[in-house]
Amino acid sequence: MTTAHPNKRMAWIAQLNAVRDHKDRVAFAELFGYFAPRLKSFLMKSGTSPDMAEECAQEVMVTVWNKSHLFDPTKASVSTWVFTIARNKRIDMFRKQRRPEPEDLPWGPEEQPSQADTIALQQETEILGRALADLPAKQRELIERAYFGELTHREIAAETGLPLGTIKSRIRLALDRLRHAMN
Amino acid sequence: MTQIKHHLTAPLLMGYAAGTLPEAFDLVVATHVSMCDECRAAVAEYDALGGEVMLDAAPANMDADALAATLAMIDQGAPAPVPRQNVRGVFPAPLQDYVAGDLAAVKWRKIGGGVSQMILKTSGTATVRLLKIPAGTTIPDHGHRGTELTMVLQGAFYDESDRFGVGDVEVANEDMHHTPIAEAGTDCICLAATDAPLRFSGILPRLAQRFSGI
Repeated sequence: MTTAHPNKRMAWIAQLNAVRDHKDRVAFAELFGYFAPRLKSFLMKSGTSPDMAEECAQEVMVTVWNKSHLFDPTKASVSTWVFTIARNKRIDMFRKQRRPEPEDLPWGPEEQPSQADTIALQQETEILGRALADLPAKQRELIERAYFGELTHREIAAETGLPLGTIKSRIRLALDRLRHAMN
Repeated sequence: MTQIKHHLTAPLLMGYAAGTLPEAFDLVVATHVSMCDECRAAVAEYDALGGEVMLDAAPANMDADALAATLAMIDQGAPAPVPRQNVRGVFPAPLQDYVAGDLAAVKWRKIGGGVSQMILKTSGTATVRLLKIPAGTTIPDHGHRGTELTMVLQGAFYDESDRFGVGDVEVANEDMHHTPIAEAGTDCICLAATDAPLRFSGILPRLAQRFSGI
């Protein structure tokens, strides 16, 4: 089981910002070195052939470069964001069309993402990752199989054994603030 | 935001985050999440869980020239972003994408009992349609095959258990039998998806039966 250290998560954010602000290829190479092999592995476990997984992992990393300005560290860890790009790419490949996405939110230009919110969200994601790693093997496999696409929604257990709710509450508060600002 | 009382279930939210639901269900989830901050936040958490599952995957070997190939693709430039209509009408944006417009763009077809529908094109075996049920109309007692998601977009319906208003989703399985009634006042417009295989197609005498299976 590998889990990322919170400092590592902050380092990913710094690397992504360097890509966004300076088209920094060294920083990109570091992100690529960490995420691409895991993306490929994840995609293969989700039933994608090694060749397709290689191609898809590379395309995901291209999107990471192109969309680095859209990443918001107060709403997601880099691992979360990269995962959602990979998931959407996989759906595009299989369905040959874009996944239905919720209405975009007018978050507005984040002046300067709050450092406190950024750190808190990164730590909460870290805790979730550790809780996943600490689950009994059988329970963890059940969650992994849900994400690998081996379970239908009717086979997914409502009870995960994970301490879910912290990240949800944080995002919920951010949404409340946004709605308040819109009114 | 309207007051939403009936939300999506945890397995559906996780399935949406995992990207493993049929497209028809994805559309209902995306439409509901557009109107429901509670479920949007829950999806964000399941996205985070997906990221951690991905990190746990033992790294696979990339091709030797993978980084160079990726940088070469980057050098070709980014595709222009596709602008999205994001004007909320009766339908949230993801549904407008499938209808190619808002309520006025729907091509209704009558299916009996005063009810009209429009089937939306999706891949896979699950299907999704818009339904228009005249105010005050009762839908005969019916069972369900597979899972059916019904989301209210306009008006409301109620059954033995509760009232479903705009934004609410009813999640029904085989074990559910009910007699929904469209509330008086406004025609009830719903987005309904089911993963039960459709056994009939366009044969007139079967339309009533088809509707009862909806």
